[in-house]
Amino acid sequence: MATKMKEVDVVIVGLGWTGGILAKELTEAGLKVVALERGGMRSTANDYSVPQIRDELRYVQRHDLMQNTAKDTLTIRNNPSMEALPMRRLGSFLPGEAVGGAGVHWSGHTWRWTDMEFKVRSLYEERYGKNYIPADMTIQDWGITYAELEPYYDKFEYMAGVSGKAGNIRGQIQPGGNPFEAPRAREYPLPPLSTVLASQMFSEAAKNQGYHPFPRPSANASRAYTNPDGARFGACQYCGFCQRFGCEANAKGSPHITVIPIAMRNPNFELRTHAWVTKVVKDASGRRVTGVTYTNVLNGEEFEQPAAMVLLCAYAINNVHLMLLSGIGQPYDPVSQQGVIGKNYCYQTGAGANLFFEGRNFNPFISAGGTNATIDDFNLNWDFDRGRHGFVGGYTISSGFNSALPIGYRPVPSGTPSWGRAWKAATAKWYQTAMNIGSSGSVMANRYNYYDLDPTYRNAFGLPLMRMTFDYKENEHKMGRHAAQLVNDIAKSMNPTTFNPATARTEPWTVVPYQSTHNTGGTIMGTNPKNSAVNKYLQSWDCHNLFLIGANVFVHNAANNPTGPVGALAYWTADAIRNRYMKNPGPLVPA
Amino acid sequence: MKNDVIDRRTFLKGAVAGSAAAVIATLPQPAPAQQDAPAPAQQGTPAPAQRGAPAPASTSAGYSYLNLEEQAFVEALVDHMVPADELSPKGTDIGINIYIDRALAGGWGKGERLYMQGPWKLGVPSQGYQLPLTPADLYRAGIASANAHCVKTYGKSFAKITESQREEFLLGLQASKVTFENGPPARVFFTTMYQTVMEGMFSDPIYGGNRNKAGWKIIGFPGVIAVHYQNVEKFRDKKYTADPLSIADMS
Repeated sequence: MATKMKEVDVVIVGLGWTGGILAKELTEAGLKVVALERGGMRSTANDYSVPQIRDELRYVQRHDLMQNTAKDTLTIRNNPSMEALPMRRLGSFLPGEAVGGAGVHWSGHTWRWTDMEFKVRSLYEERYGKNYIPADMTIQDWGITYAELEPYYDKFEYMAGVSGKAGNIRGQIQPGGNPFEAPRAREYPLPPLSTVLASQMFSEAAKNQGYHPFPRPSANASRAYTNPDGARFGACQYCGFCQRFGCEANAKGSPHITVIPIAMRNPNFELRTHAWVTKVVKDASGRRVTGVTYTNVLNGEEFEQPAAMVLLCAYAINNVHLMLLSGIGQPYDPVSQQGVIGKNYCYQTGAGANLFFEGRNFNPFISAGGTNATIDDFNLNWDFDRGRHGFVGGYTISSGFNSALPIGYRPVPSGTPSWGRAWKAATAKWYQTAMNIGSSGSVMANRYNYYDLDPTYRNAFGLPLMRMTFDYKENEHKMGRHAAQLVNDIAKSMNPTTFNPATARTEPWTVVPYQSTHNTGGTIMGTNPKNSAVNKYLQSWDCHNLFLIGANVFVHNAANNPTGPVGALAYWTADAIRNRYMKNPGPLVPA
Repeated sequence: MKNDVIDRRTFLKGAVAGSAAAVIATLPQPAPAQQDAPAPAQQGTPAPAQRGAPAPASTSAGYSYLNLEEQAFVEALVDHMVPADELSPKGTDIGINIYIDRALAGGWGKGERLYMQGPWKLGVPSQGYQLPLTPADLYRAGIASANAHCVKTYGKSFAKITESQREEFLLGLQASKVTFENGPPARVFFTTMYQTVMEGMFSDPIYGGNRNKAGWKIIGFPGVIAVHYQNVEKFRDKKYTADPLSIADMS
């Protein structure tokens, strides 16, 4: 029998970026907030200090900061006719665990998604006609606009210490920035990171081809910084241990050095670590939730935490899982296309080339999380005519190093043996004289890419695992071919000694190796309860005191990393709760 | 040229203490998981061993997991894949065999973080690892199958066949031309084996391999030094050389 705790105003499930932002904002508004985090506490001083943090085996290969798949994982298949099998260890994506979540081990890439995503169906239908979008491509407008979200992007970027160069300030194109970006109110809080040789050479080649390279915006502080909340950042050391690691210099924008410490100083806030939420509880009417049940994983004790409001702020995948386990909303069925919970799971795609230059010195171990140059000519550039190529979406092309740690990164020209003297000689010759050019592409929603509960496999709590059904469709293959061609054209123009060309993906999506931790959808936002799980304020259509905050509300996946819009939507939701919901609890959008 | 080697104390002063430590200093201890639970600080910061970090491996000689036949196999394997030449000593001389033994004896080898519930089905490659075996089990079964294959094909176990026979066998394994009767899938065994050889060559020496940072020296990886705020411009397109530093060097 679960021990019933004293009711609070708000219970937050998961304390990473979104949970941290909501915890800070709502405790400041006077609400009593309890956060339940399934992992433990971690801090820079105690857990991310040098030299121990500089350990590729522990943090990259063995996933020390990530979700433990022995306790909870997903089952995986490429299409509904296959039998799904459990992802027995992490591979393609890496959900974080413990206080700070994936906000600790991310690289910091912070983009603004625009109306090109939020109005995706309208824009393509208007330009290319109603028949352009394939019947099984279940994309729809998100119900929100870039103009509404702009102040919240700004707030997130200044809070997280993003280094970058504006390309468009209130409609004025800025030299050196991304000319295709949507207008922003002001510059980034910090100037761009220093460039590395690879990003310089790529930028020059891209310019020569008529493209528009710019420095990738990234929450790696290019110099010491104090954010508007008073949190202090050190300057990025270009240490090369960014992605998958906590930052010992506090130079990476992360929730455990920004929003979470502020919430923790507020007497309205209480954090309970090792608290694993198993269910969101509904009342008899099914129109409200009353709290959550959770287990203390240190001793197995079960608790119920009643709350006037429940905010799901776990990793996107786990938010959807919790909705399915709680029986809130109708599960999605790909045959009838009825139901919304589990709908529109999306991922990303990409292809890359390795370029080898005898005599150059790339020093690949000198890098920040975001020392890249990028072009958006085939992504945010609406003048790029997709109609000629028959796809929806876009891709970026980038170069620079995020990580060149030697267990995982040792590029050699194709055809090099995998071991022995020749392998060693090639590895020695090319480790510092190679660079890469990569593309990152959007994935449009498809009727047959979705989540539901697995009929067979269970987690450590005896609950069904969530089942992921996903593969790339012809739309993504068309775009992938286009991207690989462009990458190779730029690579050839740079006259490398030799290069391994990018190849468009033709095989099914696989759960190994690592690809990206950008899993989106499952409880998507939209304009009505028939086609979406939440409204534009991320409020459940079924239960008005339940909010779902994370990339699980994305209707499809863009080419760019999702943390920018995730952070902006967290602030946007916080404002809606503070300014509207608290005064008049009920649906913020009429159903 | 030799770069400034910055010791740990200086590093911490420069990178952290002057700027952001204030934030951390005010970070409160986490609340207990439950209202009546004691000792929040301990609960919030489990010891490394509890969190699953491998115990610091001894670089002393001797095996902890592998039996005699397996030791011979692994020693032959790492010396074949990493032969001695002007770039580095051979695999056993840089401890790759010891790395593998310690990895298999430790948490990872014993299946920590591996979802081990059935039912068990092989599935298709896109579904990833599906064997009912921990890495240590897989190594044991894989070596037994590999030796059986070598005895059948060459008349001797892997450790006793010639260098060219070893090369032929390993290439066959890599290309899935070699298959194991009644054993684990040869492709999966090869993938795991190859990955551990690379880990033993390039992971921090604290785990028993990469002795004297020999793997890092081959490629010029500087290890955990990594304070490059000035170097990013100073060494742009210039050769950066430094004696690599390991975790133990900075502890």
